[in-house]
Amino acid sequence: MTMVDPHASAPAAGIPSGGEAGIADVTAEAQPLRADVIKRFVRNPLAMAGLSFILFLILVAVFADLIAPYGFKESTQPRVSRAGPSSDHWFGTDIVGYDVFSRVVYGARISLRIGILATAMALTIGVLFGSAAGFFGGWIDSLLMRITDVFLSIPYIILAISIATVFGRSENSIILVLGLTGWLPISRIVRASFLGLKQLEYVEAATALGFSRRRIMFRHILPNALQPIIVYGTVSIGAVILSEAALSFLGVGPRPPTPAWGLMVAQAGSGSLASAPHILFFPGLAIFLTVLAFVFVGDGLRDALDPKLK
Amino acid sequence: MPSYILRRLLLLIPTIFFALSFLFFLFFVLPGDPAQLIAGGADRSPDPGVVARAADRYGLNDPILVQFANFWKRTLQWDLGESFINNRSVNDILGEKAPRSLRLAFWAVIIEIIIGISVGLVSAIRRYSLSDKLATVGTAAAAAVPAFVLGFILQYAFAVYPQKHDWPNWMQLKTSRLGPDSWAFFAFPMEDQWRYLILPAFTLAAVSTALAARMMRGSMLEVMRADYMRTARSKGLSERAIVMRHGLRNALIPVITLIGIDFATVIGSAVLTETVFSWPGIGSQIADSIGSRDLPVILGLTLVVVVTYSIVNLVVDLSYAWFDPRIRLGQGAEV
Amino acid sequence: MTDASNTPTDRAADDRVLLSVRNLHTTFKTDAGLVRAVNNVSFDVHRGEVLAIVGESGSGKSVTAMSILGLIPSPPAIIEGEGVFWKGEDLLRVSPSRMRHVRGNEIAIIFQDPLTALNPVHTVGRQIAEMARIHEKISKRAANKRAVDMLGLVGIPQPEKRADMHPHEFSGGMRQRAMIAMAITCNPDLLIADEPTTALDVTVQAQVLEVLLEIKDEIDSAIVLITHDLGVVAGMADQVIVMYAGRQVEFGNAQEVFYRTRHPYTLGLMSSLPRLDDTGDEKLLPIRGAPPSLIRLPPGCAFHPRCQFARENCRVDVPDLRVVEGENHRSACHYAEELENVDFRAVRETTEV
Repeated sequence: MTMVDPHASAPAAGIPSGGEAGIADVTAEAQPLRADVIKRFVRNPLAMAGLSFILFLILVAVFADLIAPYGFKESTQPRVSRAGPSSDHWFGTDIVGYDVFSRVVYGARISLRIGILATAMALTIGVLFGSAAGFFGGWIDSLLMRITDVFLSIPYIILAISIATVFGRSENSIILVLGLTGWLPISRIVRASFLGLKQLEYVEAATALGFSRRRIMFRHILPNALQPIIVYGTVSIGAVILSEAALSFLGVGPRPPTPAWGLMVAQAGSGSLASAPHILFFPGLAIFLTVLAFVFVGDGLRDALDPKLK
Repeated sequence: MPSYILRRLLLLIPTIFFALSFLFFLFFVLPGDPAQLIAGGADRSPDPGVVARAADRYGLNDPILVQFANFWKRTLQWDLGESFINNRSVNDILGEKAPRSLRLAFWAVIIEIIIGISVGLVSAIRRYSLSDKLATVGTAAAAAVPAFVLGFILQYAFAVYPQKHDWPNWMQLKTSRLGPDSWAFFAFPMEDQWRYLILPAFTLAAVSTALAARMMRGSMLEVMRADYMRTARSKGLSERAIVMRHGLRNALIPVITLIGIDFATVIGSAVLTETVFSWPGIGSQIADSIGSRDLPVILGLTLVVVVTYSIVNLVVDLSYAWFDPRIRLGQGAEV
Repeated sequence: MTDASNTPTDRAADDRVLLSVRNLHTTFKTDAGLVRAVNNVSFDVHRGEVLAIVGESGSGKSVTAMSILGLIPSPPAIIEGEGVFWKGEDLLRVSPSRMRHVRGNEIAIIFQDPLTALNPVHTVGRQIAEMARIHEKISKRAANKRAVDMLGLVGIPQPEKRADMHPHEFSGGMRQRAMIAMAITCNPDLLIADEPTTALDVTVQAQVLEVLLEIKDEIDSAIVLITHDLGVVAGMADQVIVMYAGRQVEFGNAQEVFYRTRHPYTLGLMSSLPRLDDTGDEKLLPIRGAPPSLIRLPPGCAFHPRCQFARENCRVDVPDLRVVEGENHRSACHYAEELENVDFRAVRETTEV
């Protein structure tokens, strides 16, 4: 589900000013992230809040064993189910009697793992396809574009559900599903960047100097084309987590008792809504805050890279 | 212009063909034993009777190419099969559920247009003000909340909690299994029935409204910087006229197409929203069928959704050309 | 004209003065500092006259025009001054609704790039008709007819058809004429033309300028012509202001400024142009150096780093704009008198490139 709009998040390709075909420019390596970009990002309160939350979440995921008082499928003794928040169980217990807090904590691991891996996969495929299409042009481009058109004509969630149905229920299949669906918009963005950058003078200069096409592609074009990708990739992690939650909710994600947040919301469902809303609320809040954090960071990156758009 | 339309229409056909073929591949070819998958899913052992019936009905024991040809033959004849659960024809299911989904989608889009555009517009005009900052955070939040979480929260806040605490009836919104039953002009709920519509419509609209608002804000900000706005001011127009007559029309162009493309997001969100509110439309049907691995239903409904989506996309693209005179009239007659 | 008794000139009597700008300052607040885009500018515009404001990019000429009509967004800009008197009324202190009445109706402005200055989604006819409908109580039909008439007036063929077209369907010259048509719809007494010919071919330029002059004569209005093209100025202007780094450096009628130049910058401009009566061996002299940053202006006379006649005190004292010849010709140079016998031709011959 493209919950966050890729078009609103990807800035114009970060082309260095001028494009003068100086020999020095041509032989230089890609520019590192400039100091003023970092400064602008840091001055953005929402972006910094998002970043802090993400770091916090990573810590929680890494140290889950230390933080969670109970195991994620550990029944309480004596079995207490649907209990509201208390000093023993900060987030209460769920229908089966597991401690919700511990499950939410372990869920962070799952969400982050799926989010990062799926995004990495989507980025790799997307960058490969997109740069090939943009750089070589011609029939390669047309073919790749037709392929992405076909897949994009299937609404995202339908595609994800279909693939997930076939692959079976597990964390890894979700990663596969989201990776295989997520690369589509990325390849579009990369292709657009390449098409634009190809025209610039310093590429002509590099070609004239006899640099191999591969070298030009990797050393000179790719680093600049990467800037919109950085922004999109960041936001994408949040979007993937959201999609994973949706798929888990629908029952095509990891199986119980895996503490995937979406699954926890589904298990709470309408049955417990009246009696035990906390079962639903806490995992839902976790999803919300995580995605929101990525949205803020993505916005912050975009504004920092190209402040005129603000 | 007409040649452009024709070209797009022609391109549509192979795209749909490949998309549907891909789905066929996914459901019938990829799984090791489609019969197993069809009849019970990877985690349940299938009833042999069901498996036999499936194999027979869909020719699952035939070679793949034959299956493929038959699949297309069936599909083009609009034979989408029957549900494995209750043997109802998929066409019937479609006919029953589709109108309900359309009604919900209709209202969601109305909400999206009214609220999304207004918020974006105000946000751009009062840039950097408090309302703008609130709107920025608000839209980010709305885009980040999963539809199902939002749905449950709204349900709790407006239906469950008031009911539990015996609030007066007029303050309660209803959730029920059926949704409004009486509709006027296809899309307008009668009498008390709107109570059932509000929560699902807003939930469904949430994400798209947020995106539309952001897009509108960005588009409007860009338009406000344009030279022709200064020209309008130099003619002596009031600020309001400048924004409304000159700015809005230009700013809306990209937003209109976003709202059309959003259709895909709406479909996606609809699956979740309908499930949460037990709204008996196509979305919840797909969700239910996933659980029971009712392949013919999943596949059949998916086909319909894909075709509809492609057509809507095309219409939106073409309407973009109509809205923007620069595109509609091409390079123009330079004299 | 900074002397308090600003008696005008040998030209026209006071009641012909339409616009009287007095000590106008337009400053922009930026992160890097204060940008003084317009620095103490004063001038009069009379009925029937063409006043040209000449200078390089960044000299402040466009900003001056925009400031008169209040078209500069006011944060970050600060517009202040003794006053901008339009027929006696100070536009800097007038109510917004009065200002809206003046804009388009009494003072109209033609912008530099008609492609971006016209709204792409509305037809040309509609945009012209809008001008009429804002300021006059006429019906839509009457306004549309007026639009067609205006298009005909500026020499656009088949105006009825053209009125229903969109801006990008016009060629560059026609677009500019359409803009002029729009500007003159309400017969404004002052037309400000900001680089009206920069985006055009030379032949089209001539036509456009002719149209402007015809209209001016027809309704006895005035034109303020902003340009960096001295050739255009020579053909059209009655009075000339030369601006540099936000300040006026020379003022006078066309004869005075062109043939009896009294400021080194103007002299430099003249010398850098090829002329029709050149034989072909003459050198073209660029003015060495670059225009200064408006945030960090050089001390004293802003031109001194590039001036071949600069002396010690040019670095220290800001020269006033003072009368140097007759009653009208003014220059902001400490040594303007020394330029009395300097002719740009001589400058060209004697200066080393």
